[in-house]
Amino acid sequence: MSVGEFVERFALVGAWIAVIAVFSVLKPDTFATSSNFAAILGSQAVLVVLTCALLIPLTAGDYDLSITGVLTLSQMMIGILNTRNGISVYVCIVAALLTGALVGLINGAFVVIFGIDSFIVTLGTGTFLGGVVLWISNSETFAGISSQLTGPVVVERFLGVPLAFYYGLALVIVLWYFLEYTSLGRQLLFVGRSRRVARLSGLRVGRLRWGALVASGVIAAAAGVLYAGITGAADPVSGAGFLLPAFAAAFLGATSIVPGRFNPWGSFIAVYFLVTGITGLALFGIQSWLQDMFYGGALVLAVTFSQIARRREEHVSGVREN
Amino acid sequence: MPEHPPVVALTHLSKSFGAVRALHDVDLTVRRGEVHGLLGENGSGKSTLIKILSGFHTPDTGSGLAVNGRPVSFPLHPGKFRSLGMSFVHQDLGLVPSLSVVENLLVGDLASRRRWRLSWPRERRRAAETFASFGLGLDPRAQVADLRPSDRALLAIVRAVQEIRAHTADDGSDYGLLVLDEPTVFLPARDRDQLFVLIRRIAATRASILFVSHDLDEIRGITDRVTVLRDGVVRGTVETARASGEVLVEMIIGRRLQALPIERKRTATGAAVSITGLNGRYARGVSLTVHRGEVVGLTGLLGSGFEEIPYYVFGARRAFAGRLAIDGRTYDLRAMSPSRALEAGVALLPADRHHDGSVGSLSLGDNVTVPALRKYRSRIGLNRRRMRSDARRLLAQFDVRPPDPRSTYQSLSGGNQQKALLAKWLQTKPSLLLLHEPTQGVDIRARQQIFRLTRKAAAGDTAVVCVSTDYDQLAAVCDRVVVFGRGRVGRELTGAEVTKERIAEQCYRVAENPSGRHLDAGGDA
Repeated sequence: MSVGEFVERFALVGAWIAVIAVFSVLKPDTFATSSNFAAILGSQAVLVVLTCALLIPLTAGDYDLSITGVLTLSQMMIGILNTRNGISVYVCIVAALLTGALVGLINGAFVVIFGIDSFIVTLGTGTFLGGVVLWISNSETFAGISSQLTGPVVVERFLGVPLAFYYGLALVIVLWYFLEYTSLGRQLLFVGRSRRVARLSGLRVGRLRWGALVASGVIAAAAGVLYAGITGAADPVSGAGFLLPAFAAAFLGATSIVPGRFNPWGSFIAVYFLVTGITGLALFGIQSWLQDMFYGGALVLAVTFSQIARRREEHVSGVREN
Repeated sequence: MPEHPPVVALTHLSKSFGAVRALHDVDLTVRRGEVHGLLGENGSGKSTLIKILSGFHTPDTGSGLAVNGRPVSFPLHPGKFRSLGMSFVHQDLGLVPSLSVVENLLVGDLASRRRWRLSWPRERRRAAETFASFGLGLDPRAQVADLRPSDRALLAIVRAVQEIRAHTADDGSDYGLLVLDEPTVFLPARDRDQLFVLIRRIAATRASILFVSHDLDEIRGITDRVTVLRDGVVRGTVETARASGEVLVEMIIGRRLQALPIERKRTATGAAVSITGLNGRYARGVSLTVHRGEVVGLTGLLGSGFEEIPYYVFGARRAFAGRLAIDGRTYDLRAMSPSRALEAGVALLPADRHHDGSVGSLSLGDNVTVPALRKYRSRIGLNRRRMRSDARRLLAQFDVRPPDPRSTYQSLSGGNQQKALLAKWLQTKPSLLLLHEPTQGVDIRARQQIFRLTRKAAAGDTAVVCVSTDYDQLAAVCDRVVVFGRGRVGRELTGAEVTKERIAEQCYRVAENPSGRHLDAGGDA
């Protein structure tokens, strides 16, 4: 590995450490405390899981904008079925995950069978699901979700950090292994890079894209379960705010660890880099509008950097051909 | 030694597209361990034959195929060729440049087997061993985008051979067939030798090779036998070593008499448009002069660079160096862009009229008035009525049928689409008109009309450059024809030399021996 390569791969890690260092020096009493770090790590588990959901279709070359719709629906199903109908939380979880799979199946049907752009399809289904949630919840919040869920998610801790964090970490490891060390993961990558080459190499492009959208539906539903467990309640609107951060983390993550590829470790670091920055600035009393500016700006800059890197690469190979 | 059945035997193979016969009663036999050339001009039926083998086209009834002596019935479903032990390497190689060498090598394997524990160190080691067994030193870690073009071609070929090996028995009872479809078009000469070494090595193992090319030199350099196609008919299969170049050229282009349809200019008179010192990815020091009132053809074999020239001049492709002198002004081609080219009085009719030349779903009127929109600007937007009436007059003048500006562009026939595009550009009275394959996919009547319109445009004091591999067409419309070889100007044909046979012959001669001398075309006509 050359020096330049090393810097490119670990720049984001370095930036994260630098942000931590700066705020720790400036706010040693409030920022550099174990409870603050535990809060940072625990609170972002939902975003980590949701970003993992998004990475799968992105790797296969498709967008999934319905992930937050699925997340909110899953969370609301648990809220309503558990608090109002008194159904066991385990049954609720299974129902929520199955619903996520169903949404993925429907998305995939439009994308693969009718050949419609995944961006449009999932924008539509995501908005549709937002409407469904408002309808079934009557725009109300359902609090008091069973401790059977909140307990193993946020109350119980390991090394002082809520278990939710470890669920996200476990998913990152599983997804990293899947994308990197299984033939299925590599097939998705080929489909995402060149559908024509993939098809000519004998890959079943339609099935792979469809499967990726089902997987993102299921994992987004799991993010909804985690969200319900962390908040102990279900509200019909707040979940939508995760969409941009998830995209920002996915694209920022693609500039790091394995530059040029959507990868779980890069995204994991990106999630915590972004939230560390926001938490630190919030300690200076800066308002919540900052969060939107931070995530929005990070998304555009991340995509710009990766484009510049790619163009530089093309330029280099273009010159070599002469 | 027992007599083995041929690896592939095609018998009485025919294929018609509507009334057009692309292949007629073709017999082709590839023996064990041979490198068999398939030679012919563009449109001779080579690619139709390849597409039949890959299952893309279904041949007419009566066509027969036997692989390793066993008859196989048509139609071949897609992917069937793999289980028959065939593999294809096309001109574009089918690699993903942004992924690594080892990933690209493995893609076929990943597609056919479910694996849950990939070990990249082991795969890289095995890839390196595979490359070594072919005498290659490719780095499995490298990105394909960083490889030299020749290494990319070698990688694609090694991958195809691996695929053949995975589908043929180990005991050598069956042979595979590796089809190389013009894999060398964009390779520099020195890299071809390396490729040929690899091909020889493959032929010595368990695969025969069908080497498809229009390049005489290559065919003579690598093949054992060669089958020549012309107009969909086999003109002969010969032992390469015993066939002279002249005999092969005659088989490729045939000998047909042809009347000269136009009066060619002996001397050029109009003001000159000149291109000097043009360098680009596929052009080396190209200088050309075209006079107003004159049609100059640019041609050569595929990949010789001539087809890129109009795009450099129009600024659609970045040139490394070069100048364009037109109407007393000089432009630096490195800084050329289509909008500047239009201002300078240059117009381009691209070969891909569906993608580059028009918007199919918009109306004919909208398509033809785009370059002249400025004329119709009024204080309250565009004057739609005047646009429509002008468009109607223009379409009638160029005999576009129907001349209705409201019909959608894509509802027109290919010939009428092309005439409409000519109308679109000629209304701007360009000083230099660049045509790229102007009669591709156009019926014979429209072809004649386009020839006439091209001559008329030249007569109207436009300098016309016609870029084409259609030698008939060049002979029909051009005053002069410039033949390219390896990115350079090779020969210039003038006057009575501008015939289909002479152009074709020169294309092959120049490819064998590109002189590379500069050409000041203005003075010696």
